[in-house]
Amino acid sequence: MTRLAEQAGGIAEGNVPNAPRAARRGTGNRPLWPLAPFAAAGVALLALPVLGLVVRAPWLRMPELLRSEGAVEALRLSLVCSVSATVVSVVLGVPLAWVLARGRGAWVGLLRGVVTLPLVLPPVVGGIALLLTFGRNGLLGRWLYEATGYALPFTTAGVVVAETFVAMPFLVVTVESAFRSADAGLEEAAATLGASRLTALRTVTVPLLLPSLGAGVVLTWARALGEFGATITFAGNLPGTTQTLPLQVYGLLESGDLDGAVGMSLVLVVVALGVLLLLRDRWLRPGGIGGGLA
Amino acid sequence: MRAKPSALLVGAAVLALAACGTGDAGGSSTASAGASASSSVSGSITVFAAASLKESFTAIGTAFEAEHPGTRVTFNFGASSALAQQITQGAPADVFASASPTTMQQVVDGKAANGSTAFARNVLEIAVPPNDPAKVAGLGDLGRAGVKVVLCQPQVPCGALAQTVLGKAGVTVKPASLEADVKSTLSKVQLGEADAALVYVTDVTSAGDTLKGIEIPADVNAATTYPIATLTGSKNPDLATAFVTYVLSEGRAELTKVGFQAP
Repeated sequence: MTRLAEQAGGIAEGNVPNAPRAARRGTGNRPLWPLAPFAAAGVALLALPVLGLVVRAPWLRMPELLRSEGAVEALRLSLVCSVSATVVSVVLGVPLAWVLARGRGAWVGLLRGVVTLPLVLPPVVGGIALLLTFGRNGLLGRWLYEATGYALPFTTAGVVVAETFVAMPFLVVTVESAFRSADAGLEEAAATLGASRLTALRTVTVPLLLPSLGAGVVLTWARALGEFGATITFAGNLPGTTQTLPLQVYGLLESGDLDGAVGMSLVLVVVALGVLLLLRDRWLRPGGIGGGLA
Repeated sequence: MRAKPSALLVGAAVLALAACGTGDAGGSSTASAGASASSSVSGSITVFAAASLKESFTAIGTAFEAEHPGTRVTFNFGASSALAQQITQGAPADVFASASPTTMQQVVDGKAANGSTAFARNVLEIAVPPNDPAKVAGLGDLGRAGVKVVLCQPQVPCGALAQTVLGKAGVTVKPASLEADVKSTLSKVQLGEADAALVYVTDVTSAGDTLKGIEIPADVNAATTYPIATLTGSKNPDLATAFVTYVLSEGRAELTKVGFQAP
């Protein structure tokens, strides 16, 4: 610690006699060795399991596994549901983020806590909560069922609701911080120049927001695609209707079809990697928000 | 000097991880196992058991611990097929009690057990919410349009049995969901989200007033046999054997209480 402080002091004071040493040690070219084992363990923990999946993958059987009716059906359903959940999240989440960013008062903090709770809630708990609310005996679902005979559980719409519940907070959090950093003063300036509030929002704030919205959309979609706990609890598990890819992976594993489970897992890994690679430069680079503005 | 605290931390982390991975390695007992060796077993075991055994095995475990002070029996209940998969992948279990001979065979084939003993038999029943909203009176009603039926997925024993029973009765069911195990199937009926489910008669008994059972005629019903085995990977084989012996002897009463039949 003392040597660290010394270095930091040396750099901060621009201590001339120490300058070459400070430059050499302080530019970050040399790793802080005591941290290295932890960083390496971190890398191993995050990267090795994916490697394990790749090594164990039934490569020769992959074409057959991917063409199977169950796989195609689960992939189609996963895409339909995760894209729908992302659209709903944008439609509801962006206005919500705006309210959270521009609102004043104690209720804003409370509201933020409430709407970001699913972010830290175990998804299976979310699934039970959804059942007790939107199920046909639920708080609201009861009225819907009595009026229309319709109930969300065991339907594809139920999957979309479960995925939106779990994924939308990612969008709200990302977009809210963008609304915050987009200067409210610019909106006011536009207003003083004669723009209506909606025009100011549309022509000034929204363009500033787009990169974060993009990042939020990707995160939300990825979270929705991987959703498992809330979906299986709230929407059940029926091939073609509610059995998305993660549910199918779980089912295959339970039935002892390890090849099938690993094969389908690999599909999800490839999709996830594809998203990261495609959007890396635009959204996920440090400072990517600024870069996206150009 | 600076490296030392971090090295200690790494060591502690490794120890913590190792502790997560291993069960209690106790059980230094040298006496032969069995119900008579009650005072000589010690330590703890983990029992992987079919979801349908939850109530009966929990009670058996408590009674076993009371009879053998100083022992501890921990349970992992789930779909037999999932448990078999976990065991063959090296999960630290000492005893496996399965809801079907097929799933037990997977464990024996995977060299995780040397044979097994049948200890109970179970049949299916229709479970409906107490107010029976869809007016289900028998298997035939499960095929009616508008009746929301949940079944266990066909990979798990109760799902396979449900297919057999529906086939025998000549009823075609379009299920609303194929659940991961018998307890989650049951919960959908208890919550009132489903109108009916095919579950074990023992699950209906254990669930008490939260749902109503409708018997399935014996000529179309089907039974599954429950085998139990000590596992070759057990770190405490004496206690594992003592527990299996207990299930096969004194434990019978608890099994009968919830509706299991003798094998």
